Amino acid sequence: MAETLKTYGLPVVTFVVVIALWEASLDWFGIPAYLLPRPGAVLSAMQQAYFGGTIWIHVWATLQAMLGGFVLGCSFALLAGGLVAEFRTVERLVYPYVIALQSMPKVALAPLLIVWLGFGIASKVVLVALICFFPMFVNVVVGLRSANPDLVDLYRACSASRWHLFVNVKLPSAASAIFAGLQVALVLALLGAVVGEFVASQRGLGNLIQASSLNFDVATMFASIFTLAIIGVTASSLVRFAHRRIVFWDGSGRRTATTTTTAETA
Amino acid sequence: MSVTPLRGTAAPAEAAARRDAPARLEIRDLSVVYASRQGNVKALDRLSLSVGDGEFVAVLGPSGCGKSTLLKIVSGLLRPSGGQVVLGGRPVVGPRPDVGIVFQQPTLLPWKTVLDNVLVPIRALRRPVAEYQDKAMDLLRLTGLERFAGHYPNELSGGMQQRVAVARGLIHDPALLLMDEPFAALDAMTRERMTAELQAIWMKTGKSVVFITHSIPEAVFLADRVVVLSERPGRLLETIEIDLPRPRRAQTLGEPRFAALCNRLRAFFSVDGHAQ
Repeated sequence: MAETLKTYGLPVVTFVVVIALWEASLDWFGIPAYLLPRPGAVLSAMQQAYFGGTIWIHVWATLQAMLGGFVLGCSFALLAGGLVAEFRTVERLVYPYVIALQSMPKVALAPLLIVWLGFGIASKVVLVALICFFPMFVNVVVGLRSANPDLVDLYRACSASRWHLFVNVKLPSAASAIFAGLQVALVLALLGAVVGEFVASQRGLGNLIQASSLNFDVATMFASIFTLAIIGVTASSLVRFAHRRIVFWDGSGRRTATTTTTAETA
Repeated sequence: MSVTPLRGTAAPAEAAARRDAPARLEIRDLSVVYASRQGNVKALDRLSLSVGDGEFVAVLGPSGCGKSTLLKIVSGLLRPSGGQVVLGGRPVVGPRPDVGIVFQQPTLLPWKTVLDNVLVPIRALRRPVAEYQDKAMDLLRLTGLERFAGHYPNELSGGMQQRVAVARGLIHDPALLLMDEPFAALDAMTRERMTAELQAIWMKTGKSVVFITHSIPEAVFLADRVVVLSERPGRLLETIEIDLPRPRRAQTLGEPRFAALCNRLRAFFSVDGHAQ
């Protein structure tokens, strides 16, 4: 019981201290409100945005770009990763290029995508999909290859079909790595959506932040940033929850985001 | 584990009968050459060996004598560079359902229950699972695991996991069971118990067994015949009949005859562990 209190209580302590320091430092250093608003002002901006309903259209746009691109990019990565891991010829054909493209910053493509696909949602979805693809792809390939070779031999010795082996051994063996890939991809998806909206957009939280910046509406900027943080944390928790439930035999799902690749791919 | 005499106290004559039974497995002039970066590596060199129906043969050799290669060839996963393997009267040209395999590690599927793990070969062989449920439970009973059928492998100890692997190796009723150092990863006490249990299982099921091991006492305790391989490339150095009566028990380990056989085998490996 005391442990539970500590687990949930101590982070609250941190929160309270940070807010108090924030409030106090404004007075100590005489920071003007147009640079750093008071916590109360941010709260009322958030209240207004949420209950006044002005922010939802932007939240919805960002979520659409993020989730649409995430699903698209990860699905392609799963398919491509499966083909590369299973077929040596496919690997030789595409792997060097995939690795080369991986080290390229995908956000640099944002202006190009906007020229091609316009200011709407399509350009953001594609940008997010591109960003999500690579960490997921690498994890799928690594995961599928991590299947125990003795198990593969056992199935082969029983004349198992390639598909049977893939579904029963390789895919479950890769499950943990795939979830680690999803976790990284999800964080990057949000980043990609916001960057896309910065470059050119009609709505979205990235758009809202930029518009507020032009109006020196710092409170709204803060409200948008907190909203992005909430989206990120919620989405990560959902993936982690799914990881624990689906890959129940794996202990690493219990720890925080395990990644076999780095998050710096964007 | 107490072993009740299942076939009576088997006389050496019975072992001889198994040896002279129509060969279950016949390996003739088997050679394997691998292509590697350092050029061609010879793993096996004109190895000939036969295993009678129901016979227990231990293959003893230093690390890297090509024992695992031998296992892959017999199970049809690897084609030899020369020579032939005949199993149950038919040459081995690919994977065969009449072979069961047990590896050094249990290699179970952690996402499947013990029962489903035992049924893995049945599903892979596309046989009707329903017909094998009872057999799977029988095998779990035989290996003392019937209470754990619904458990997941990571809830079991290493020795129990390896017992699941033995049950899995036997589920499709193969005539030949290939065991690749199955107890090497277990602690000494578990290993000793598992050795006695394997003898009991073998005596009940009457399978032909090829048992690959590094351990001289284990080979002598279990086998009807011990085959000694040389260092790479693996050649046949010697075949020694083990004429100890069955079932062999813990006391067997202390008998002078047992010690003498172990010493005879030990002579093939010089002090630094290399076969001469």
